Amino acid sequence: MPFIPHTEKDTDEMLAAIGAADIEALFDEIPAELRIGTLTGVPEAMSEMQITRLMRERAARDGTPLCFIGAGAYEHHIPTVVWDIATRGEYYSAYTPYQAEASQGTLQTIYEYQTMIAELTALDVSNASLYDGASGLAEAALMAVRTNRKVKSGRILLAPGVNPVYAKVATAIAGSQGLSFESLAADPSTGNVDFAQLPEDRAPVAVVIQQPGFPGTLEDVDRLTNWAHAQSALVIAVVNPTSLALLKAPGHWGEQGADIACGEGQPLGVPLSSGGPYFGFMTCKQQHVRQMPGRIVGRTTDLDGEPGFTLTLQAREQHIRRSKATSNICTNQGLMVTAATIYMSLLGFDGLRNVAIQSQQNTARLVAGLCTIKGIERLFEGPSFHEMALQLDRPVAPVLAALAERNILGGLDLGAVMPEYGNALLVCATETKTDEDIEVYVRTLSDILGSTTSRKRA
Amino acid sequence: MNKISDKLIFEKSRAGRRAFAQAPAVDGASDIPERFLRKDRPRLPEASELQTVRHFTRLSQKNFSIDTQFYPLGSCTMKYNPRACNALALLPGFAGRHPLGPETHGQGFLQCMFELQEMLKGVTGMKGVSLTPMAGAQGELAGVAMIRAYHESRGDHERNEILVPDAAHGTNPATATMCGCVVREIPTDSEGDVDVDALKAALGPKTAGIMLTNPSTLGVFERRIAQVAKLVHEAGGLLYYDGANLNAILGKVRPGDMGFDVIHMNLHKTFSTPHGGGGPGSGAVGVNSRLLPFMPIPVVGAVEEDGDTRYRWLAEADLPQSIGRLSGFMGNAGVLLRAYVYMRMVGRKGMERIAEFATLNANYLMVRLAEAGFELAFPGRRASHEFIITLKKDARAYNLTAMDVAKALLDRNYHAPTTYFPLLVPECLLIEPTETESKETLDGFVDAMIAIVEDARNNAVSYKEAPYTMPVRRLDDVKAARQLDVKFDGG
Repeated sequence: MPFIPHTEKDTDEMLAAIGAADIEALFDEIPAELRIGTLTGVPEAMSEMQITRLMRERAARDGTPLCFIGAGAYEHHIPTVVWDIATRGEYYSAYTPYQAEASQGTLQTIYEYQTMIAELTALDVSNASLYDGASGLAEAALMAVRTNRKVKSGRILLAPGVNPVYAKVATAIAGSQGLSFESLAADPSTGNVDFAQLPEDRAPVAVVIQQPGFPGTLEDVDRLTNWAHAQSALVIAVVNPTSLALLKAPGHWGEQGADIACGEGQPLGVPLSSGGPYFGFMTCKQQHVRQMPGRIVGRTTDLDGEPGFTLTLQAREQHIRRSKATSNICTNQGLMVTAATIYMSLLGFDGLRNVAIQSQQNTARLVAGLCTIKGIERLFEGPSFHEMALQLDRPVAPVLAALAERNILGGLDLGAVMPEYGNALLVCATETKTDEDIEVYVRTLSDILGSTTSRKRA
Repeated sequence: MNKISDKLIFEKSRAGRRAFAQAPAVDGASDIPERFLRKDRPRLPEASELQTVRHFTRLSQKNFSIDTQFYPLGSCTMKYNPRACNALALLPGFAGRHPLGPETHGQGFLQCMFELQEMLKGVTGMKGVSLTPMAGAQGELAGVAMIRAYHESRGDHERNEILVPDAAHGTNPATATMCGCVVREIPTDSEGDVDVDALKAALGPKTAGIMLTNPSTLGVFERRIAQVAKLVHEAGGLLYYDGANLNAILGKVRPGDMGFDVIHMNLHKTFSTPHGGGGPGSGAVGVNSRLLPFMPIPVVGAVEEDGDTRYRWLAEADLPQSIGRLSGFMGNAGVLLRAYVYMRMVGRKGMERIAEFATLNANYLMVRLAEAGFELAFPGRRASHEFIITLKKDARAYNLTAMDVAKALLDRNYHAPTTYFPLLVPECLLIEPTETESKETLDGFVDAMIAIVEDARNNAVSYKEAPYTMPVRRLDDVKAARQLDVKFDGG
């Protein structure tokens, strides 16, 4: 057994100290009729050498295709330092800092993280993170209901740019507590909210505005925020942290600013890794802090008057409040937050801004190239951030399959998640893509569409 | 440890300093219109690469961790996290894989996930597994949501009560509330088992289910579990198994055989994925056949095609009655890969030995501490993989509290056990050594415990101001809450 240190002598001495004949005797309180003979379904053990070979083969089978998919998870350069340090045993194998004096490393890191995320979103207070962006929106919606008590509708309105999966997740998590989620009508030419159709009779407890929108679109967040506040609703901003090096921060939206901001933290140094582990971030205005879910780290002083860090406002949490807690959440995504904090420290505001601008420019170059191909044009008018939707003259899925055969992941079949947009393709080229990568994609897609056309003609 | 107070990274910053190798050089600006742009300059660090490396390396050295200290934190299963699990999960084909990439470019990953589902079914005796919940508490949420969906699907709309033992983790009642249920607490008897008479009285036509941990948070096996299962099922309710303590019973008894209908597993405990300073967790759920249609999506399926096995996602179309999606993609995939590697390295026989040696270590430590005069919360019971001692007599006689012992242990280079949980045992320490600790380590811990109480009893040593050797002394939690400082503002 690979990780058990006991020698036979150890085991014998320990059993003698206990007064048990053998290890089996230690399980004598389990009713015999419930015991199983031997396990099934688990193969025999592999050595590290054997499992390494197996995993290398499987990872190689999945390959490293040229990826132009975004849609909520983005391939950015991750500095070597980030995971070199984050996987130091002292970070990697520590737990929730219940013993603050022996966890100052994790605690100070989280305090620095909270500062950075609060600064990026231009709000007052950040928690220590939630599971991911999608579940973070569910928690933000529940928080809005607790905070905005004068509105009883339980109704949350979603701007058209809200990631459709986030809406599903929020419904799955928060739906049984009487919350309902309704979408605001979109202007089909821009993908943004249709201000002419904003309802005045829905009494929303909160309005969720995602910026950039799921298809990369940029919403008039100031006007929509002001409208929401005029409806006595809170504003929940869903934002991409990279974009905040460039775009107006939620705290500055409209006349009063968004009340709560949340989003997917993955772009800040976390590998794509098939969807997780990522982290959800959440910030809010100071006056809402007691309704915030999750861990929060505070700075205080010790017996000598020296500064130190500790978990604070724990009276909100499940281990104290039990059935009356703000959430059932227990863990945060500490390891991912450590990575993100190191990432933000390395890049700083200027570095993050360069990542944002370079990604923006690359996507613009890619879209310009793709739009030279007959049968492809932009789906929406108006500006966007580092991701754009295209209209194709044919179904998207077979086109993506043909690209994948040539080791290019060409984007997301947008029509599959937002059927109202038909044959639509969502593409993204982050700063990791070179001019040559972009040319390869344009040329390959041109070949594929051209050959399909010529076959049709024949 | 490192006593020097480290300035914040913001205080070490200098305007214009950067890790220049890490950001792309940019030519020109963006084409985004002015009205969308940010005008202010948020306070992010301005530091060189070396400064950043040194800062976070130094901070890391202020942590206790499994890799550096014995960490017997009860209910958290702080066992060794094999390094290979991390390295192999970060292979480029896995770490770089986009979650929305096609199944053709994910067969290696999907095969690992499918096999992980199968292995977890094997060790728990459940009929289906969904890997998507991102932590234990989210697994609980999925489980209770499935119980509700099951009753709803049968037109049983009145069943909204979830029974929870008073010893349960706080997440259990908090989860039930999040699922729109009413919580009814069930007392524990003097030997640590569920009070069956109280259970009988609580069961009725409104019972949706019961949430149990077995072995319980009291560190003992619930001996009447078969009777409890029968009573709950006869009343029309379902049984939820909180897998926090699964490490204690691997290969010995399975939740499915005990009568549980739905379970969650904490992969970061039993299957040794990293705790990471508070996460990520991973809370896969298992179900018996009647809850199969309600599993959270996506789930990985396998199809035979021309003699080959192809792996594919099962989603809304395959499981139309599913409780839905709980994450943006498929949950903590990278954590699941680490658990997969761990399970393959441990193997079938190794799984059984985990429970055996975790139990051996706990019982040995319990007996040694009892012999040294520590009072057990449940004398006469076997320890499972953990056990509880209570300091209530020392607290009265010598003003030596569980908190004092915890802080004194830090000065002796041991992480403290879980303190003041479960709530129904006064001045308690919940101690879980795990199977990866050696006899020498346990003996050293016993010596430290003895020395601490002997000094308090015989030499009037007070630990009210301990610890002394940590980077900071005891912290003012009241001030932290009253004068809230959760963000650096330059002062």
